[in-house]
Amino acid sequence: MSSTTQTAARAELIDPRGQRFAAVITSGLLAASIILGPGAGLWVLVVQTLAFAAGSLLGLSSSPWGQIYRRAVRPRLGPPTELEDARPPRFAQSVGLGFAVVGLLGAVAGLPALFYVAVGFALVAALLNAIFGFCLGCEIYLLGTRVLAR
Amino acid sequence: MTGLWVVLVALGVALVFGGYRALTDGRARPVRAAAKADDTPRLHPAQVGESLGSSATFVQFSSSVCAPCRATHTLLAEVTGARPSVAHIDLNAETRLDLVKQFGITRTPTVLLLDRGGAVRHRIVGAARRAEVLEALESMA
Repeated sequence: MSSTTQTAARAELIDPRGQRFAAVITSGLLAASIILGPGAGLWVLVVQTLAFAAGSLLGLSSSPWGQIYRRAVRPRLGPPTELEDARPPRFAQSVGLGFAVVGLLGAVAGLPALFYVAVGFALVAALLNAIFGFCLGCEIYLLGTRVLAR
Repeated sequence: MTGLWVVLVALGVALVFGGYRALTDGRARPVRAAAKADDTPRLHPAQVGESLGSSATFVQFSSSVCAPCRATHTLLAEVTGARPSVAHIDLNAETRLDLVKQFGITRTPTVLLLDRGGAVRHRIVGAARRAEVLEALESMA
């Protein structure tokens, strides 16, 4: 029997390998920020927060890690075999931005526990993406839609 | 020092959770029929505006293109293409929140395998695996 689709039309498409590349850089920076602690690590977190903000608010192509991937890495890899919708990973950038901002607040307000917990959560999400190609945002995108629709 | 521990814990959590998902994703889990037939989760053709397959139907919940949703769609389209009595309906979970709620869908892709009467018999969460799909289908016969 036939197979039918009632899914929506596709929007902006991205190369999923770029997301993975960005997740590796993000993981490295978040880990460095945590190891350096809320003092010295604050500045590393500021850099990653700006990257999250660019990817979330302006679009994934504006993320500095995405730019590096497109200019320096992708030309060596050849074209992608499949493309992905940009919305779920962009949503994931927003989730990362949320955690990063809370982490910044913790560092600035002298609440190291808040810094460690918030940036720790962002690191778990970034590591899952980097190691397993797993997009936490993709998973909670539907849950988010459900909550917002309520 | 605290930071190093936090990073190690985060790495451990990511490896355990990601590893668990890698092991369990895409497996077909049987849905037990309720004691009373009326309580068994069931999808009516009118809810999707399409007729069900005469022997079985895959109802796939997808969202704004997650890559595993596309892979699952391709697999199920191929499997049902070779079996005239089995249908495949791919729904956009974001616009069918009524069904998402009714069947407790938490992430995409989730596939429900329905019998000829529309009762849910198997549930596959995550990118479906071919062997699991075929096995589940065989167990319905």
